[in-house]
Amino acid sequence: MGKIEWAMWANEQALASGLILLTGGIVGVAGQFRGWQFAAYAVAAGVFVCLLEYPRSKRSKGTSVERSGQYCFTVCVKAFGPLTRNYYVRAFLHAAICVPGGFMLATVLGCVCLGIASLIYLVAAIRGEHWEPILPRKEVRKPITESIKNPPQNPPPRPPAEIRRKRVDDLEGAAYDNPISVTDNE
Amino acid sequence: MGNWIINHGLTSFILVVWMGINIFLFVWFYFFYDLGDQFFYTRHLLGSALAWARAPAAVLNFNCLLILLPVCRNLLSLLRGSFVCCGRTMRKQLDKNLSFHKLVAYMIGLMTAVHMIAHLLNVEWYNNSRQGIYDKLSTALSNLEDSGNNTYLNPIRKTDIQIPTYFVFTTIAGLTGVIITLALILIITSSMEVIRRSYFEVFWYTHHLFVIFFAGLVFHGAGRIVRSQTKTDPPHNFTLCKDRSDEWGRIPECPIPQFAGGFPQTWMWVIGPMILYLCERLLRFIRYMQAVRYRKIVMRPSKVLELQLVKNGFKMEVGQYVFLNCPAISQLEWHPFTMTSAPEEDFFSIHIRSAGDWTDKLIDIQMEFAWLMGVDGPFGTASEDVFDYEVSMLVGAGIGVTPFASILKSIWYKFKDSNPKLRTRKIYFYWLCRETHAFEWFADLLQVLEKEMEERGMADFLTYKLYLTKWDQSHATHVRVHSDEDTDVVTGLKQKTYYGRPAWDKEFEQVRKENPTSVVGTFLCGPEALGTVLEKKCVKYSDVDPRKTKFYFNKENF
Repeated sequence: MGKIEWAMWANEQALASGLILLTGGIVGVAGQFRGWQFAAYAVAAGVFVCLLEYPRSKRSKGTSVERSGQYCFTVCVKAFGPLTRNYYVRAFLHAAICVPGGFMLATVLGCVCLGIASLIYLVAAIRGEHWEPILPRKEVRKPITESIKNPPQNPPPRPPAEIRRKRVDDLEGAAYDNPISVTDNE
Repeated sequence: MGNWIINHGLTSFILVVWMGINIFLFVWFYFFYDLGDQFFYTRHLLGSALAWARAPAAVLNFNCLLILLPVCRNLLSLLRGSFVCCGRTMRKQLDKNLSFHKLVAYMIGLMTAVHMIAHLLNVEWYNNSRQGIYDKLSTALSNLEDSGNNTYLNPIRKTDIQIPTYFVFTTIAGLTGVIITLALILIITSSMEVIRRSYFEVFWYTHHLFVIFFAGLVFHGAGRIVRSQTKTDPPHNFTLCKDRSDEWGRIPECPIPQFAGGFPQTWMWVIGPMILYLCERLLRFIRYMQAVRYRKIVMRPSKVLELQLVKNGFKMEVGQYVFLNCPAISQLEWHPFTMTSAPEEDFFSIHIRSAGDWTDKLIDIQMEFAWLMGVDGPFGTASEDVFDYEVSMLVGAGIGVTPFASILKSIWYKFKDSNPKLRTRKIYFYWLCRETHAFEWFADLLQVLEKEMEERGMADFLTYKLYLTKWDQSHATHVRVHSDEDTDVVTGLKQKTYYGRPAWDKEFEQVRKENPTSVVGTFLCGPEALGTVLEKKCVKYSDVDPRKTKFYFNKENF
């Protein structure tokens, strides 16, 4: 949970509106309605809106959930830089796109829905939100040098060979003290 | 296959019946409008688009009736209570209320789309007929006036304004249709999982547009613009007269045909559930008005707040939940919390973890002053059934352990009182958690239980395994150093903490081996993914032979 990012809802609304515009447009063209030119426009506009809105933005707080297969769309949308990043631009773009839809019954619902999406985007823009692409994270391998303790460079100090040789006859005398104290390496 | 039937049989049956009713309604009304004689002339103007609009309308009526029912919490609780005698399979169905609500909503969305597209075609063709673009019969039919002894067929009366949009916005059906479809679209977009899980407030407030939806729906048919031919004296036989439209009214066998609009029926379908839902909301309000007193407020480690409350006439069962409202934070928001106290105690408690705006504010202000709270509930969920099973497997992930806190405490009380209602003779408890510091308040409870069981020599009754799913090198080292000690270094309990996730196959094998002839109930409060895994394991390890072990899966959800 977190503070509301209006853009997330605006995105769902805009995607739905794109689909509704598209459907209305197809019906208008297929049925050869009066004013079918507006319907043809709605088909194109609907496809455009769907393509623009399909890639979800990265959330500023929390985990972002991608839509399936959105990576290529993300790349395309990202290519337009500030035009797609800024939500003011999107708000006005959607407001402009939706207007011709209002001239024909089949597309009027798509028009109103897109208008609402435009308003929500405006709210998002005023609150300072912007679109961030969701890109796959590069795996960073943690350097493992920290956890592996440095192996010793030199062998431990030992007394000369004749003292080290095991003297079975004199075990007491064979014991020796280490010149350097040995401590457990914690 | 047999295992699947045991675990999913009744759900599938209900879905098949529901789908069957939908298909039946669609087909029946499609043919009613496509073949009925009284619609012959209407069909001449509209073709099969008439039937394509009316068939989804019937399905919509049925589904709008259904959609309010799964969200009547109190009604469902009542039903659950009355099914005490009727077996646990029936009661399990009521747990899936939200899934059913969503399914019905999808059907409503789909049928609205079909209905709307068909009506777009209808309006366009009515409009064209009125303009006289089509054949002679169409023009004649459209010209029928609504004056004196005559009735009209084509609802578009004006010829000067040619825009279908104008017609739609000046009729009741058109206007209500657009408004309620808009409401529906807003409800759907704000109910998408992403929005619902992250911004519950947006989802909840927008969802209340359903009031507008139902209001508009009831009036949608008031204009009676779907018209059929009525009987005249002498009768007007359309087979004879359809090609002689200029002679209508002038020859005895072809009087001018009369039409009337269909009686609006939607209100008959939805009025019942609307009243039920109104009662549901009233009941919630009444409960809210009853005073809730504080008994104790305790701040637990890891920002967990424990509230102990007392309310008159409040009776609970294990694992139930309540809705909490704090007007000081938000007048309208009600948030669900599972109760962590046992019914045997004279108060009820909830543990609230900081998980968002509302809970953060609640924790902050409770420490300063005990603000007024509203409590609605309790509402029952799957956990109530835990004592009915001879053997229970309880799985709680993270904060999902809360209903089981209530259960374990209740077990302890029933145990002490040697309560005969307790049919359970063995409980396996699995707690999965990411971090150690969330353990404290629950570890205290387990320590008490551990001691109690040892004193009575019943160490076998409860087997619990704690899994730390997030650990690192320093953890492992720490554990290794202390591995010889009697109690667990993390929790202080006698049972050792495991690391990583449980190997469910091994666990189910063990339960099956230790309980070869029992019915085992598996209860989960945790993420969906885990639920799917456990459900599969339940099906896999269940035996169709009624004498052998059978696993039933129950998932708690909000």
